[in-house]
Amino acid sequence: MRRLIKHGNIIDDTWQPLDPDCSVPEHGQICSLEQWQDLADKEGSAVQLEPGQEPTPLFDALEKIDLLVINFPVFTDGRGFSYARDAREHGYQGELRASGHFIRDQLTYLQRCGFDAFQMADDSDLNAALTSLRDFTEHYQAAIDQPLPLFRRRS
Amino acid sequence: MYVYDQHDQKIIDERVAQFRDQTTRFLAGEITDGEFLPLRLQNGLYLQRLAPMLRIAVPYGLMNSSQLRKLADISRTYDKGYVHISTRQNVQLNWPLLEEVPDILAELSTVQMHAIQTSGNCIRNTTTDQFAGVASDELEDPRPYCEIIRQWSTLHPEFAFLPRKFKIAVCGSTQDRAAIHYHDIGIELVADDDGEIGLKILVGGGLGRTPAIGSVICEWLDKKHLLTYLEAVLRVYNQHGRRDNKYKARIKILVRAMGIDAFREAVEQQWTALKDGPSTLTEEEIIRARSFFRDPSYLALDSTLAMFDLEQDCTRDPIFANWITRNTQDHRLPGYRIVTLSLKATGFAPGDITAEQLELLAELSDLYSFGEIRSTHQQNMVLGDVQVSALYALWQRLQVAGLATPNIGYLTDIICCPGGDYCSLANAKSLPIAEAIQTRFDDLDYVYDLGPLELNISGCMNACGHHHVGQIGILGVDKKGQEFYQICLGGNQAKDASIGKILGPSFKQKDVPEVIDRILSTYVTLREEDESFLDTYRRVGIHPFKERAYAQAY
Ligand code: HEM
Ligand code: SF4
Repeated sequence: MRRLIKHGNIIDDTWQPLDPDCSVPEHGQICSLEQWQDLADKEGSAVQLEPGQEPTPLFDALEKIDLLVINFPVFTDGRGFSYARDAREHGYQGELRASGHFIRDQLTYLQRCGFDAFQMADDSDLNAALTSLRDFTEHYQAAIDQPLPLFRRRS
Repeated sequence: MYVYDQHDQKIIDERVAQFRDQTTRFLAGEITDGEFLPLRLQNGLYLQRLAPMLRIAVPYGLMNSSQLRKLADISRTYDKGYVHISTRQNVQLNWPLLEEVPDILAELSTVQMHAIQTSGNCIRNTTTDQFAGVASDELEDPRPYCEIIRQWSTLHPEFAFLPRKFKIAVCGSTQDRAAIHYHDIGIELVADDDGEIGLKILVGGGLGRTPAIGSVICEWLDKKHLLTYLEAVLRVYNQHGRRDNKYKARIKILVRAMGIDAFREAVEQQWTALKDGPSTLTEEEIIRARSFFRDPSYLALDSTLAMFDLEQDCTRDPIFANWITRNTQDHRLPGYRIVTLSLKATGFAPGDITAEQLELLAELSDLYSFGEIRSTHQQNMVLGDVQVSALYALWQRLQVAGLATPNIGYLTDIICCPGGDYCSLANAKSLPIAEAIQTRFDDLDYVYDLGPLELNISGCMNACGHHHVGQIGILGVDKKGQEFYQICLGGNQAKDASIGKILGPSFKQKDVPEVIDRILSTYVTLREEDESFLDTYRRVGIHPFKERAYAQAY
């Protein structure tokens, strides 16, 4: 079972990984965007977005989604940061997971954009990665973790 | 100028600690080269031909004397005793050691400086008019808005891995001295019909391989919407900018592909979700930002008396008089002048300044200019608030230090990138070209007779030396492994912006000064009365210049 960081703890993944070839994913399995769009019942579903797939098609059913995975095939492609914020700003409340080849030095930024779970391609040292989540304790700009910009909080 | 409180200091200190940890892990082999690359770039660190290069941020080009002293100190301890002023008003160290960069950053943080986002595919240092706050043609001081943008963009979590770098410039005056047409976003403070000052927003300008002039995306925006609007533009760009080809990744390519109207629509759509949200600027925040740029304790001066003394000094000393004409400008207040210090003495790399000169500048700024110094995108330095009565004493000190070359805005005030001597991307050297031209045109009377003229040199297509916007631009190209130089004419970075046109086949290094000479004498022959080079070029076109330049072998 793969491990991941969620809400600051290292846990086992309870979701079935995505299988792009299966026609009807089981309940508890992560769907591709196409598979998810074909799901008859989206209640409790899980869906994975790739770069180039904006979250817009999910907006009508966000409350039915339990897990939104945003995949990073390469860590330098930052589209997922905007997708995450967009989804959260449209009211998504479920687990928002980054997966793939992002690096631990990006964890604070990912967290600020609304991710609360991190499944790293290289999960050999998740404990070390946890420390990177605490790189910053203060921020200038508003984001998902701190909706007020510093200028509304300065004292 | 802006002063950190405990919050600002904490953010910068945490960044230093983070980068120290990253460097340690990199040196221990725990981070790959590829992973370390964007991390170090976002801290201003390039690995170059001979050594790393560290680019230190100078937000909108404003520094105080203790920062200058610190830079001098750092350049002695960690480098070779000089620094370079970049075309984006930043300061570069050319020879630091990677292992020592965290220490340099820690030293910088003690004087409220950093190297955050001075390179990499993120929002870069915001630039502005070097005469902000003192210019006589200013509608409103742009620096409070630059500072607001600096804070918003610093360590912005969403926009640290953009398709490509992103540069913002702000201008608040009639004349555009910030080149806002050549930035990813250019912002101009403008009054609407009722006289209320708001923001005009341009998008999609840039230099590099495909130079482009920015398009107007918003004619007038209430200032309180500044950050939400920027956020909307950046979000559209981050999601839709090309990532398959780094030469097509700048926002200018996206704007061109979508068309400005469709792009505007996409931005407005994003903006509806962000508008009036928590990032909307409060009145108090604008007032707070402005409070850092209030007038220093100016004296109410009798300008007639001061001018009388100045004229006497000028009559006594024609060399001083000439420097006054060439290197100083009207201040918005009587009895004060703006002084530009030339970093373009022949024989020195344009924009280089030594530790001793930095310390001298610090001292002179304390004595004569409220302890503040500005860097310019033409790679010079400015003392913004000098009393007319102090000019003679100031000039004498500058003369001795080699900082009084009277060439500001003229042919030999060359903008030049580091080129092949330092930069691993270069096609050709650029510094020797600058020097050859300065040496050839050492007759100041001829240079003055040519009038204001911008000559800009880049060592490759990346255009760090702004060659497209020089009235004369020189670009290093590679021809079968040999260094050649292409020349373009007619560029201009002011409000009536234009991009230079290529003259024709490129030239050998040794021929460049002769070709420049021919171009200039063509202008001298063709100009009508005191027509400028640019106006003559615009009237007669490129052909007369071309004919003369290629007339015969050299
Ligand atoms: C020596 C190390 C340097 C490297 C490796 C470097 C690299 C680059 C690259 C790759 C670009 C093109 C980016 C693009 O168009 O997307 C660029 C543009 C630019 N660089 Fe540099 N540069 C260096 C030094 C400098 C220096 C010393 C200056 C200032 C004198 C400078 C100022 C600029 C500016 C103003 C641009 C403008 C083009 C634009 O953004 O539209 N660079 N640089
Ligand atoms: S223009 Fe080219 S040669 Fe010059 S500094 Fe930029 S990348 Fe290097």
